[in-house]
Amino acid sequence: MEDLAATLPMLLMGAWLLPLVSFALIVFLGPSMGKAGIKAGYLATAAIGTSFLLSMAALVLWLNGHGSELGTSHHGQTTYYTGQWYSLMEIGNLKLTIGYYIDSLTIGMFCMVTLIATCIHFYAQGYMHDELHEFTDPEITTSDGGKFTRPGRYHRFFQYMSLFCFSMLGVVISGNLAMTFVFWELVGICSYFLIGFYIERKSACNAANKAFIVNRIGDFGMLIGMMAIWASLGTFNFGDEQDATGQVLRNEQGDVANPGIFSHVRSEKNHYALKVPAGMAMLAGGDGDHDGDHDGHHEDEEGAQQAEHHDHDTASSGGSAPAGYYLLIVAGLGIFCGCVGKSAQFPLHTWLPDAMEGPTPVSALVHSATMVAAGVFLVGRFYPVFAPEVLLVIASVGCVTLFMAATIAITATDIKRVLAYSTVSQLGYMMLALGVGGWMAGMFHLLTHAFFKSLLFMCSGSVIHAVHTNDMTEMGGLRKKMPYTAITMLIGCLAISGAGIPFLIGFSGFHSKDAIIAQALNFAQANDNPLFSIFYYVAAIGAAITAFYMFRLWYMTFAGKPRNQERYDHAHESPKVMYVPLIVLAVFAVGVGWPIPGPSVTNLLEQARPAGTVATETGAVLTGLTYPNEHHAHPIPAGDTHATDAERKRADAIHTEANLVAFSTALAGFLLATMFYGLRKIDPTDVRQQFARTYRFLINKWWFDELYDAIFVRPVLVLAKMISWNDRTVLDGIVDGSVRTVKLVSRIDNLIDRLLVDGLVNLIARWTYDIGASLRSVQSGKLSWYVMAIVVGTVTLFVMASFVLRI
Amino acid sequence: MTNLLTQPVGVSHYMAVGAVMFVCGIVCMATKRNALGVLMGIELVLNGANINFIAFGSAYLQKDSAMSLGLDGQLIALFVIVLAAAEAAVALAIALNFYNNHHSIDVDRADELKG
Repeated sequence: MEDLAATLPMLLMGAWLLPLVSFALIVFLGPSMGKAGIKAGYLATAAIGTSFLLSMAALVLWLNGHGSELGTSHHGQTTYYTGQWYSLMEIGNLKLTIGYYIDSLTIGMFCMVTLIATCIHFYAQGYMHDELHEFTDPEITTSDGGKFTRPGRYHRFFQYMSLFCFSMLGVVISGNLAMTFVFWELVGICSYFLIGFYIERKSACNAANKAFIVNRIGDFGMLIGMMAIWASLGTFNFGDEQDATGQVLRNEQGDVANPGIFSHVRSEKNHYALKVPAGMAMLAGGDGDHDGDHDGHHEDEEGAQQAEHHDHDTASSGGSAPAGYYLLIVAGLGIFCGCVGKSAQFPLHTWLPDAMEGPTPVSALVHSATMVAAGVFLVGRFYPVFAPEVLLVIASVGCVTLFMAATIAITATDIKRVLAYSTVSQLGYMMLALGVGGWMAGMFHLLTHAFFKSLLFMCSGSVIHAVHTNDMTEMGGLRKKMPYTAITMLIGCLAISGAGIPFLIGFSGFHSKDAIIAQALNFAQANDNPLFSIFYYVAAIGAAITAFYMFRLWYMTFAGKPRNQERYDHAHESPKVMYVPLIVLAVFAVGVGWPIPGPSVTNLLEQARPAGTVATETGAVLTGLTYPNEHHAHPIPAGDTHATDAERKRADAIHTEANLVAFSTALAGFLLATMFYGLRKIDPTDVRQQFARTYRFLINKWWFDELYDAIFVRPVLVLAKMISWNDRTVLDGIVDGSVRTVKLVSRIDNLIDRLLVDGLVNLIARWTYDIGASLRSVQSGKLSWYVMAIVVGTVTLFVMASFVLRI
Repeated sequence: MTNLLTQPVGVSHYMAVGAVMFVCGIVCMATKRNALGVLMGIELVLNGANINFIAFGSAYLQKDSAMSLGLDGQLIALFVIVLAAAEAAVALAIALNFYNNHHSIDVDRADELKG
C-alpha cells in the first residue's frame, strides 16, 4: 500500500509526460528528423508505446496491491491516491496545483487511451505516408485550375498527436478541477489543430473552427460550475488530502483534515449520502450549520427551529429543497455543460460530424479514446457531485442525442459520417447510462466503445485509403480485395451492435449495452412516472438502429457487387503497419468486456465507483425521482448479505429482460439491414420514396445545421453587417469628415503662410537687398569721390539750412 | 560791407586765411591720388580749422575776461594738433602697409572693399 502511493504516481507521470517530451522534441527538431521527418513518427510511436507499457505496469501493480478487493462490492470509500506534484500558485485560499487522483478508473483509462493511441500511431505511420513527400491535395484546385501542391507535414501530424495524447492523459490523471480544465482546453486546441490538418481546404478550416467554437460554449458553462464550486467549497481537489503513504489526513477529532470536493458533498459522516455542503448552504443564504453534531448541541435552545432544519437536512423525503441545493444543481449542470460540448451531446453535437475533415487516424483518436471520451470521463469522475435532478438532465440529454444521432446515421452515405453519428449516438448511450444511475454501465461502455469505435474508424480509414473516396455508394464487394479490413470491421460492427449469446458471453458491446439497458429498466421500474420509461425504450430502440446502420455500412462497403468498377480495381489491402493494429484492436473489441472472474474491466471499474453512488437516492426538488441501486440491475452475488430476497428476484428479472431485449433489438436491426442491403429483398430506394419527408428530414441531419444557422449564425451576421454598415458610414464618415476638414483648414493655413507671412518676410528681404544693391555704387572706393561727396553734402546741407529752412 | 583789405588785421582776416587753407586742403584731398598728398590735404584742413578756433578765441572777442581764462580756442587748437599727429601716425602706418601690399600708394587702387 505504502509503496503504491509512491510508485503509481511516478509510473503514471512517466506515461503522461512521455508524449509531451515527444511533442517538444518534434517541435524543435521535427523537420530535421530523417527524410521529411519520418523519424518523428517513430519517436511519437515510441513515446506513446512506452506510455502504454508504463500504464500496464501501473495496472499490474494496482492488481497486485488491490486485486483481492476486486469482485467484492464495496459500499465505503473508494480506494484512491491523490497528491500534488507542483504548485502553480497560491492566491489567498486559491491553490492551483498540478496533482493526481489515481483510482482504478484512472489506471483503466490510462491503459485504454495509451493502447488505442499506440495502435493509432502505428496505423498513422502507414496512413500518413503521403505526407512524406510533396503532397498534392486532391480536393483543392487552385484559382488557375491547377493542382495544389505543398510540402509534406508528416512530422507536424505526429507532433499534434503526441500533444493530444499528453492532454488527454492529463485530463484523466488530473487531481483537481482547475487542472482538468487546463487539459480540457488543451484537448480542445489539439482537436482544432488536427481537424484543421488540411488547412488549405476551406471545409477543414470551417470544421476546426466549428469544433473549437462549439466547445467554447460548453466550456462557458463549465466555468460557471467551477466558480460555483470554488466559491462555496474553496477547493478544487477531487480527493481528500493524503499523507505520503496514501492515508487520508485527519485532525484530532478524526475528521478528514482537508476534504476534497467529493468528501464535501458526500461526507464520511453522512455515510456518503448526498448532502448539500455547508459552504453551499451558507453561500445560498441558509445557515451553514448542517452538521449532525451541531444540531445536537443546539437542540435545547431552539428545538423547534432546529427540528425544521433537520428536516431540511434529510430533505429527500421532505419535498422542499435544503438551502444551497440549487447551487449544487448549478455546479453539476455547469460541469455537465462542458461535457456536453466535449462529448458532442445534443444540442452541441454538430461539431463532431464535421470533424471528419481531419485525417482518419485523428477521427479514430478523437472519437474513441480522447476528446469525446473526456466529456463522459468527467461526468463519471464528477459523478458524486451530481444531484438526482442533474442526473435526470444528463439522462434526458443523452436520450435525445442517442435517438437523434442514430436516426441520422441511417441515411448518411459518407462512411466516416455514419461512424461519426454512431459515435454521437453511443456517447448518448453513455450519458443516458450515467443519467439513470448506471455509473458502472456508462464507464464500461466508454471503455468498450473506445476499442470498437477506434477499430471501426481505422477500418474505414483503411477502406478510404484503398478506394480514395468516403462515399459508400461508390464502394461494394471490397471484402475480396481487403480481407483483413473486412473481417476486423465485421468484428467492430458486431461489437458495437452488441452481438452475443444471451446470458452467456458476447462481444464487448454486448456486455456494456446490456448493462445500460438493464439499469435503464431498473430506473424505469423504480419510478412510477411512466415518462421515465422513455429512457428504457429509447435505449432499446437505439440498439436496433445501431445494429441496422452498422450492418448497412458493412454491407454497402464490403458485400455485394462493386458499384464503381474503376475504384474497385484500384483497391488493395492496406500495408501491414495498418492492418496489424486493426487485428489488435479487434481482439480487444471482442474480449474487453468479458465477465471473467477477478480482474475483469467491470470489476476494475466497480472498484473506482464513487462512494455512496450505489445507495438508492431520491431528488430533493423533484421528489418523485428515485435512483435505484445499480447493483440491483444484475444478478446479485450470493455473498451480498445486504440484498433481500425480493430484491434478488427483481434483479434477476431485470437482467433477463434486459438481456433478451438487447439481444432481440440488435438482431432485429441486423436482420433489417440484411434484408435491405445484404440480400436485397427490399429496395432502399422504394422505402426512401415511400417516406420522402422523413428521409429528407434525416438526410439533412434534423436540420440542425440549418436551425443553428438561422438562430445563431444569421442573426450574428445580420448584426455584424449592421455594425459594419454603422462603422463604414457613420464612424468612418465622421472620421473621414474630420480628416477632410483638417485637410481644408491646413490648405488654407498653408496658403496664408505662403502668401502672407512668407510674402511679407520676402518683401522686406527684397527691399533690403534692393537698397543695399543700389547703395553699393556709393561705396566706390575712390577717396576723391568721398571727399567730393562730403563737400557737396555739407554745402547742400548748409544751403538748405540757410535758404530752405531759414534757421 | 567793409573791405577787408582796408581794415586793420582782425578776426575776419584770420577767418579768411583759415577758409582759404580749408578749401586748399579739401581740394588737395579731392584731387591728389598719392596717399601722402591726401595726408597733407588733411593737415591743411585741420590747420585751417585751427586758425578759426584761435581767431575766435582771441581777446577781441572776449567781453568778460573775468569769467574765463580766455584760452578756450587755443586749448581746442592744441587738442586738434595732438589729434592730427595721432591721425597722421596711423595714416602713415596704413600707407606703409598699403605700399607693402600693392607697391604703390595710389588711393584709387585701394578699392578692394568697395560695395
